[in-house]
Amino acid sequence: MTQAYDIAIIGGGIMGCGTALRVAKGGMRPIVLDQGDLGQGASGVNAGTLSLQIKRVKLMPYALKGHAEWESIGDAVGFRKTGGYTVAFTEREAELLHERQTLKAEAGAPITFVSNNALRAAEPHLSHKVRAASYCPDDGYANSSLTGQYYRAQLRDNGIDYKERAAVTTIAGSAGGFELGTSKGVISATRVLLAAGAWLKPLAALLDVELPVQARINTVSVTERMPPLTSTVIGHATGLLTMKQKANGTVLVGGGWQGRGMPQEGRGEVLSSSVAPNLALAQYALPDLAKARVLRSWTGFEANVPDFYPLAGALSGVEDAYVLGCVRGGYTIGPYIGKLMGDYILGREPELPLFDPGRDFTKDVI
Amino acid sequence: MAEPFDIAVLGAGPAGANAALEASRLGCRVVMIDEQSHAGGQVWRAKSAAVLSAPETPETSAGNQLRKAVSQSAIAHLGDARVWQIEQVPEGWSLQILVGGRSETIIAKALVLATGAREFVQPIPGWTLPGVIGLAGATSLMKQALMPPGHRTVVSGSGPLVFFVASEIRRLGGTVAAVVTPNSRMDWIGALPSMCRRPDLMWRGMVWMADLMLARVPIFWRHAVSDVRGEDAVSSVQISKLGPDWTPLRTVKTVTSDSVCLGNGLIPALEAAQLAGLEITHAPELGGWVPKVAKDGSTNLRGVFMCGDGVGIRGASAAEIHGKLAGLSAAEFTGKQVGLQKNRLYARYAAASSFGLAMTALSVPRPGLEKLATPQTIMCRCESLSRDQLLHEIEAGAASTNAVKSGLRAGMGPCGGKFCQTAIARLVASTKGLEEGAVPPHTARPPLRPVPVSALAGDFAYSDLPIPKPAPL
Ligand SMILES: Cc1cc2nc3c(=O)[nH]c(=O)nc-3n(C[C@H](O)[C@@H](O)[C@H](O)COP(=O)(O)OP(=O)(O)OC[C@H]3O[C@@H](n4cnc5c(N)ncnc54)[C@H](O)[C@@H]3O)c2cc1C
Ligand SMILES: Cc1cc2nc3c(=O)[nH]c(=O)nc-3n(C[C@H](O)[C@H](O)[C@H](O)COP(=O)(O)OP(=O)(O)OC[C@H]3O[C@@H](n4cnc5c(N)ncnc54)[C@H](O)[C@@H]3O)c2cc1C
Repeated sequence: MTQAYDIAIIGGGIMGCGTALRVAKGGMRPIVLDQGDLGQGASGVNAGTLSLQIKRVKLMPYALKGHAEWESIGDAVGFRKTGGYTVAFTEREAELLHERQTLKAEAGAPITFVSNNALRAAEPHLSHKVRAASYCPDDGYANSSLTGQYYRAQLRDNGIDYKERAAVTTIAGSAGGFELGTSKGVISATRVLLAAGAWLKPLAALLDVELPVQARINTVSVTERMPPLTSTVIGHATGLLTMKQKANGTVLVGGGWQGRGMPQEGRGEVLSSSVAPNLALAQYALPDLAKARVLRSWTGFEANVPDFYPLAGALSGVEDAYVLGCVRGGYTIGPYIGKLMGDYILGREPELPLFDPGRDFTKDVI
Repeated sequence: MAEPFDIAVLGAGPAGANAALEASRLGCRVVMIDEQSHAGGQVWRAKSAAVLSAPETPETSAGNQLRKAVSQSAIAHLGDARVWQIEQVPEGWSLQILVGGRSETIIAKALVLATGAREFVQPIPGWTLPGVIGLAGATSLMKQALMPPGHRTVVSGSGPLVFFVASEIRRLGGTVAAVVTPNSRMDWIGALPSMCRRPDLMWRGMVWMADLMLARVPIFWRHAVSDVRGEDAVSSVQISKLGPDWTPLRTVKTVTSDSVCLGNGLIPALEAAQLAGLEITHAPELGGWVPKVAKDGSTNLRGVFMCGDGVGIRGASAAEIHGKLAGLSAAEFTGKQVGLQKNRLYARYAAASSFGLAMTALSVPRPGLEKLATPQTIMCRCESLSRDQLLHEIEAGAASTNAVKSGLRAGMGPCGGKFCQTAIARLVASTKGLEEGAVPPHTARPPLRPVPVSALAGDFAYSDLPIPKPAPL
């Protein structure tokens, strides 16, 4: 039997890979295990919006740091800092926009409100029905589909072992730590990190821990290549639309419209009753989109707990077991909170506080 | 919304149309949807209106009979309609259809998928030049427009289609510069016993061969076109000798031509089946990945039936009979009595399948054929990706079609992967030393055909958009 790893990281999304890189830098020997390919979960299918305007107020400091991480990664993930507008079409939405973006600006995001004239000058193809708009120069996007490619190369370059198509099906405590049963043999490790995204609940159950994790089934669609229509990231006051035109001309439309399915049963199903209003809203905001043909719509599972804050810290009741997941806006925040998690596992004080997975989710404790 | 249909049939080829006819005959309310205007599918494709007066062929007369039967039946036939999404709903199954620039919903208790096949073309240098068309694509062109693909054509590929296409080109007044096939004469002799089960079809094949021989068209057995040359259009092709596993050995001849037909067998069109949720398995003898379907067309999904070449390449005759079986099964599902009608069809289905499968065995590419692609050969046309770029991604660790798609967008273009995924899966398998059966196609997603945003959006008032409560602050 090979020597035990210092830590087995279960889940090869942003959270797992980000943490692996950090603990390896700190001198540990980790292994990353994924039931599928690296970066084929939420981390590889999300809308890739790096928008401070849609981040939760209390997560703003993490999002600002996450932005900086993606910016430094740059071209390898198709990072673009384009600036972004969030628009409102009704009086009520305008109020919502004002109220929310003010709080986010106070939390540190450089968000301002812009006049319709300024908006039209910057985004001439946008609908003239916009009532109010906010702007954040830091907003942008990256190509989430490059997540797997990027982290695979990073793990390789840093000499970190990983196994794909190796689902963890059992976790047993042993003298030296843990023995993980996978479809590709047994792995021994002194510690474990559960970073299994929307699959955290069944995974934690292997350690007899109940995590109240649920999954939302978000939908994203992409069009064929189009002539230039928009040069920034466009959002809607309610968060129900995110839209950007990629460098190759395709337009990516998201906004958290719900498909159906269970993480345990495949990749989820797109529902036409969600895609239709999602694209109607996109076309309402950007009328020239009407002519574009949609080539593909898909779903991904985004995990959350009842208070919609992250799980990041020690797993209560099990020594040397940790959990990281359920980060809202986790694509943006992922590479940064992975570092924090790595520091914590290394026994260092994280730069910003983590989120106790053992907290009472029914109380407002964060 | 209108009352749901008993049965919705996707595809109006020999399989789908016969399924619809059987079910309708038993009194089911049937809707049949196809993106072509007229029933007939690939094999019995209708002639375009401009050439209706042209003489009959066995294909057009079989097709005309079928079209007549459909028009005399109670089937609601929706032509020029593309199914882009399939969803299970409480009443059964719902289909989203793009018709006349709008998206519409059809609901039925049962669903019969009869989506047929599409062809596989092994990428080779120059195959993206104008003047190169698919072998099966050429049959469509010739059936619809009654025009040969060029003045002087090289016809290259495996299985029977290569001889059919060559003889059709000659019948329509074109010149066949050469017939090139990776099969050997011995391959064909080996297929004789199965062919004898359908003497009628065997006879037609012999007529094509006799025509080519009398016209002294050179036939290159166990060869392949290895390079298509030309500046903006085809000017010549190179022909190479192949080894027993179809590995190209050496170039033997250059032939001038202005057009080339290339094809290496058919693969089941299974995206619709995958979208509905059918499990798939790898069965090389059936043409590749196929959904799990019983011989009477039933599946393990409630209310879903499937038939024809989409469940394995058994050919048009088998598709016809399989369509009847699936139509009966679907009718049975909706509560009709079918008695012993299915039992009477199984023996005919077996005979027709045996012929069809022998043809498929001749058509399925052997492993060496892949080597016709050079490092610079384009494998994914939508994204202009060369074999080298794909190989680099695979060697860097992308070990599945999904991973290659994520990294390079192979399969994210307008074709949705229909033309590249088989070759890419083979490349993943051969590079990683895996069986082809260990590299499934990428996840199927809607839309099955590109859909304009305006069709999805439809006419709507902003206030009608079902905007849920905003996310927590
Ligand atoms: C291009 C081509 C040409 C061929 N030519 C010949 C030939 O000349 N001789 C021969 O023996 N065999 C031919 N074949 C083989 C052929 O597949 C036959 O075996 C036979 O047509 C199979 O019948 P089927 O009903 O299963 O499928 P098909 O005849 O292929 O019918 C499937 C039908 O489904 C429709 N369809 C599929 N998806 C959708 C969708 N999403 N929305 C709407 N409609 C949809 C298609 O338009 C098509 O009409 C050809 C195959 C191809 C691909
Ligand atoms: C459609 C969609 C759009 C989104 N859009 C945005 C956006 O625009 N901006 C933004 O900031 N955030 C966005 N998000 C959120 C973001 O994608 C997620 O928060 C983030 O990717 C979560 O990363 P993760 O590593 O926790 O999970 P994942 O990426 O899902 O990784 C979990 C991994 O664990 C593996 N796994 C599970 N169980 C096991 C097991 N038993 N054994 C081995 N491996 C296992 C899975 O295969 C998976 O690869 C979106 C999410 C979705 C779904």
